[in-house]
Amino acid sequence: MSHPQEAAEFLKDPAKSKWHDDTLWFIRDKRDKMSHSVPEWEELRELASSIKDNVLGNLADYLEEFERNATKNGIKVHWAANAQEHNEIVLSILKEKECKAIVKSKSILTEECHLNPFLEKNEIEVVDTDLGERIVQFLGQPPSHIVLPAIHLKKGEISELFHEKLQTEKGNEDPYYLTQAARHHLREKFLAAKVAITGVNFGVAETGEFVVCTNEGNADMGVHLADTHIACMGIEKIIPKRKHLGIFLRLLARSATGQNITNYNSHFRSPEAGKEIHIILVDNGRTAQLGREDFRNSLKCIRCGACMNTCPIYRRSGGFSYKSTVPGPIGSILSPGLDLQKHSSLPFASTLCGSCTDVCPVKINIHEQLYRWRQEITKAQGTSVKELSMMLGNGIFKSPLAYNYSGKMMRLALKNLPKSMIYNPLNVWGKQRDLPTVPKESFKEWYQKNRS
Amino acid sequence: MSIKPKPHIALFIPCYVDQFYPNVAISTLAVLEKLGCQVSYPMNQTCCGQPMANAGFERDTVGTTKHFIETFAVYDYVVAPSGSCVVHVKEHSPKVEGLEKEQAELHDKIFEFTEFITDIIKIERIDGSFPHRIGYHSSCHGQRGLRLSSSSELNEKPFSKAKKLLENLEGLEWVELTRTDECCGFGGTFAVSEEALSVQMGKDRLDDHHAHQVEILTGGDMSCIMHLQGIAQRQNQNLKFKHLAEILNEAMS
Repeated sequence: MSHPQEAAEFLKDPAKSKWHDDTLWFIRDKRDKMSHSVPEWEELRELASSIKDNVLGNLADYLEEFERNATKNGIKVHWAANAQEHNEIVLSILKEKECKAIVKSKSILTEECHLNPFLEKNEIEVVDTDLGERIVQFLGQPPSHIVLPAIHLKKGEISELFHEKLQTEKGNEDPYYLTQAARHHLREKFLAAKVAITGVNFGVAETGEFVVCTNEGNADMGVHLADTHIACMGIEKIIPKRKHLGIFLRLLARSATGQNITNYNSHFRSPEAGKEIHIILVDNGRTAQLGREDFRNSLKCIRCGACMNTCPIYRRSGGFSYKSTVPGPIGSILSPGLDLQKHSSLPFASTLCGSCTDVCPVKINIHEQLYRWRQEITKAQGTSVKELSMMLGNGIFKSPLAYNYSGKMMRLALKNLPKSMIYNPLNVWGKQRDLPTVPKESFKEWYQKNRS
Repeated sequence: MSIKPKPHIALFIPCYVDQFYPNVAISTLAVLEKLGCQVSYPMNQTCCGQPMANAGFERDTVGTTKHFIETFAVYDYVVAPSGSCVVHVKEHSPKVEGLEKEQAELHDKIFEFTEFITDIIKIERIDGSFPHRIGYHSSCHGQRGLRLSSSSELNEKPFSKAKKLLENLEGLEWVELTRTDECCGFGGTFAVSEEALSVQMGKDRLDDHHAHQVEILTGGDMSCIMHLQGIAQRQNQNLKFKHLAEILNEAMS
């Protein structure tokens, strides 16, 4: 199903879709209050955006600097051109460590690479340890939001799920009770895992360290208990210097959830004695995006999810309606670069209202890129019926005579045709909306009579 | 000694306003004239090309754009009662070969109605009477495209050019909405291609206005208002709708 169909499905449950809208708006509102309390907020955005410009302009150099420094620190650096290579590298490390069960802290990159099904096929148990992520994993669903993976579920649904999976009391919806149950369940998994996988929020070229930001502390718990830490990082996550974290960390949590800062910002620099850290630097379409001038700065994204929370479409259609690992406005400009045909309806799932652009902490011109992708998509799809009718429209507007004639005909038709013909099933506008009342003359006719 | 002639202003009336809302165009003309402007309506104007471009066919609007530039090139200013069309002309109309200079000049001299009054002819306040409770729908293209008002997302001092024009009218009550600048869901072809979402967004905007006992919903873009009014009428709501120019014209007479 395309985005419009998915969205219409989501809206069929008005109470739930309203709740979804209100919940995400609440987070957007919190983000507003928090960002408005920082007087230099706009300056921080500008700085972050400029730093990322510099990174994208010198990406190869920064990556090599990062590799040199990380290697010096005792981290093993791997390069993956695509998802398949990434997954194979993870598997080869697990095989070497004879590891059959791993814990993972939320990493959108591993979702993008479809690591879980790949490892499961290779008989490795994967446990996602973020609470939201574990919930959707129990359900066999992907996350519906990059920061709030289970935001599409209400606590009643989670209570039912936990009753089935974790044997909690039937009907007990107390969030504290349910969280405790998840804690106990995850504790066993943490203790058993020899290898822990995390994502990466920032890789610092200058020092070869990387930073992982979480609220639940689960990344740290997994990593410290395991002998081997595998960190999966998209190549665009590089920042030049450690001091730049002072900008990005201030922007990230405020934009994401309206917190001052994420609860855990853990820096990983070199492995403890007897342990190993591996980092996999993943391209998977990123250099291709870097080569697209109109779209390259989408790679500035720090995955805060603010554009989803603010998007009037996302809030009312849910993350699954995008059918893309990264949903929402940012997903709609990243995904067409990965598969234009599959994601062709996403750049049209927007009114180009521009709220995403204004909320973005790294100033990605998201709505402009949505507009640009529309041009690319119609070009790639070749002439279509829609294109023909639009060409016709252009033909009309180009010639004043044709325009006057067709406008008059339209008004005449609307005035004289029976309602049943105007509001027929083919008239999508009229399904739930009236058309404007037809005036007796156009402005042009009025002007001609009264002014010339 | 030469006397500098009064600037000659061309009125650009978006196609759907011409056909469906002549009173908005008449009011725009009347207000500008009441403020002492010399205004003409070039008769052979058509559309700016926005509907096609936003649907992904910008490249097919070269002819429309060329005609637009040629029609308006001779005027000192172009004023339109639509933020959306003005943003399109400035930012999304394709480059027209041979008319580079005229096109660049056009981008600097085309203005949306309220910004023309506040920023170009620099009217500080408009006096008149309009004793009604007004809810203002901020069109996204006017707001975030032309910066006609502050964005709730940005950390900036709140401002609104429309409010500046309306706030001195006697008896007018300006209503602050809960979601000050959320999109109404019109979005051009979006209104049809994403019908369910579009209508839901419109209903939600209307609910905000109703919750604040708005009597007249106004705005600077008739496309948003056409969509919102269409939903309200279908549901037999008794909210009234007027373009900002209509309010100013009634208040000033």
